[in-house]
Amino acid sequence: MSAVVHGHDHGHGHDHDHGDHGHGHHGPYGGFMRWVTTTNHKDIGTMYLWFAGFMFFVGGMMALAIRLELFHPGIQFLNPDFYNQLVTSHGLIMIFGAIMPAFVGFANWQIPMMIGAPDMAFARLNNWSFWLLPFAATLLISAYFMPGGAPGAGWTLYAPLTVQQGMGMDFTIFAVHILGMSSILGSINIITTILNMRAPGMTLMRMPLFVWTWLITAYLLVAAMPVLAGAVTMTLTDRHFGTTFFNAAGGGDPVLYQHIFWFFGHPEVYIIALPAFGVISQVIPAFSRKPLFGYASMVYATSAIAILSFIVWAHHMYTVGMPVTGQLFFMYATTLIAVPTGVKVFNWVATMWKGSLTFETPMMFAIGFLILFTLGGFTGLVLSLVPIDIQLHDTYYVVAHFHYVMVAGAMFSAFAGIYFWLPKWTGKMYNETLGQWHFWLTMIFFNMIFFVQHFLGMAGMPRRIPDYPLMFETWNQVSSIGAFGFALAQLIFIYNLFTTLKSGAPAAQKQWEGADSIDWTHLPTPAPYHTFETPPVIK
Amino acid sequence: MTLDANQKLFAKLASIAIGMFAFGYALVPFYYEICAAWGVNSLGEVRAEPLNTQVDRTRVITIELDANSHGLPWRFKPLVNHIEVHPGELATVEYEVVNERREAVTGQAVPSYGPERAAEYFRKIECFCFSQQTLAPGETRRMPVVFVVDPKLPKDVTNIALSYTFFEVAGRGGKS
Repeated sequence: MSAVVHGHDHGHGHDHDHGDHGHGHHGPYGGFMRWVTTTNHKDIGTMYLWFAGFMFFVGGMMALAIRLELFHPGIQFLNPDFYNQLVTSHGLIMIFGAIMPAFVGFANWQIPMMIGAPDMAFARLNNWSFWLLPFAATLLISAYFMPGGAPGAGWTLYAPLTVQQGMGMDFTIFAVHILGMSSILGSINIITTILNMRAPGMTLMRMPLFVWTWLITAYLLVAAMPVLAGAVTMTLTDRHFGTTFFNAAGGGDPVLYQHIFWFFGHPEVYIIALPAFGVISQVIPAFSRKPLFGYASMVYATSAIAILSFIVWAHHMYTVGMPVTGQLFFMYATTLIAVPTGVKVFNWVATMWKGSLTFETPMMFAIGFLILFTLGGFTGLVLSLVPIDIQLHDTYYVVAHFHYVMVAGAMFSAFAGIYFWLPKWTGKMYNETLGQWHFWLTMIFFNMIFFVQHFLGMAGMPRRIPDYPLMFETWNQVSSIGAFGFALAQLIFIYNLFTTLKSGAPAAQKQWEGADSIDWTHLPTPAPYHTFETPPVIK
Repeated sequence: MTLDANQKLFAKLASIAIGMFAFGYALVPFYYEICAAWGVNSLGEVRAEPLNTQVDRTRVITIELDANSHGLPWRFKPLVNHIEVHPGELATVEYEVVNERREAVTGQAVPSYGPERAAEYFRKIECFCFSQQTLAPGETRRMPVVFVVDPKLPKDVTNIALSYTFFEVAGRGGKS
């Protein structure tokens, strides 16, 4: 029984792009209701991935509009208020609609197969966790069609501006509530599956690292996401029900929003990063034909990062008027996080050391991740230093930093995972030449967009502006050209994906010689619809 | 009803989630209390009076008030004879002037200070001497002087005499 059919497109009428999505690709057991009612982790993983892919393109179109406006100083194409709305929803869509669901899709597909479980612990809850997402995305995008448009306050939705925005803000708040609900339920599912449903012999310290990173991430999600829910609920009641959490006139403080938001916000970025680390920890050993170096230290380092992520939040707030003692505390704690992160990077490199390396597309993306995520980590270290951050806060240096870790980090890792696991899921092998082209063009254009933004930030260009002084024009033009090149490069991936799904060459049962997790060693390729209905015994 | 292991773990994790939602709200009083206890930021403090760090409460300066009119049919006097202020403290005194003539008169007040070197430290914020004053026949008027003594006043000066003299602005005849 073939496991994978093309995910049904649940795209909503407001899509800005027309090129990417397969409408009407139904599988052999097709029918809309199959997808609506499925409780199968492979089906649900597939739906998450298609949804994430679609949202990447919606968010990507917004980015292109932004970069188009920024090509020249002055206002050419976009009303500045609409520009702010695009900037805001680009962030919200990419984070909550694209990268997080993508990794949840990986989790759904891979976790049961990697631990020898037949499915997720709560299979029906899993279905609902997915189906909340298209509904939330619709709410988010429909904010544009409300009077006043979508919120234009930046994805961080700071008070007091958000207390004053139009109805679109309420739609966004509800969307965030629902997205959060989906994440929390999904995380509870993941934790329960990993803790309770491992096959005999699959002890915690024998689990693939991808499973470990998701276990830790799921705990982070359960702890942090409700705090975001609290922050946006406070915004909602400040807007409509007479509370004054963020209003000094009522005894509140706008800075309180920032504290509550970033208490969620910092763990959030590790929620995005940790599963990415997990994918890399599967890919690099496979293509080095060597076990991951320092398995235990990888587990401890990941846990350390997760715990530390709760005590660094105010490094996003150095300039709010915090006393220097507070700034110092957060600075020291933030630089401390670099230590376990460094352990991980070292271990990945040590895995490759004296390995028998080959450089197929997944490995290319993993190595690209290694270099560029480390670069992004370095700029994060720069920003963690208070005197420097006073200068660089809210400039393009920050934009460059987080795009390095989120795109060159998390997104490259997602591509590595797709190329790595697509053969297992579909039984079909993608075109390696196209994969290499996709990698190299993505690599080059990514750096064209974002490397030069470091210069812009250090020269003083602020974030979230549609117009800028003439002196910033050159790098903005380079960055914008890079953006369009980057977008075109993704078409190679789309073409590769669709032609592979339609008529790709059959993949080997163990497509990757160096892969050693039980999904590769114990299961046929493609993986059957139901796997491990009898638990394997792990020796 | 026996709950199986999965459901028990679900309940535990769901209660963590709910607890963290409550924690988010708990942060509101937490920040209030912690900031007040650590003296960080002033939202938690209740101040009885505005904090003025400029007032030098270790010194008391006596301002003696004097009023003259030169060639004017005006009765001109301060409401109080003297006032005690701290350097850096904003003070207000009032003078009263009565036009005893049966026609409108315009006058200009000119201040003088004793000792002379106190003059540069006596800062008038608002004064009737800044502009000409036109009084209708028989009109009585109360006029303020708002001033602050600069804390840099030499330490040996403890009394300042503030003396105003009203001169008639000739030829105006009541036109201001």
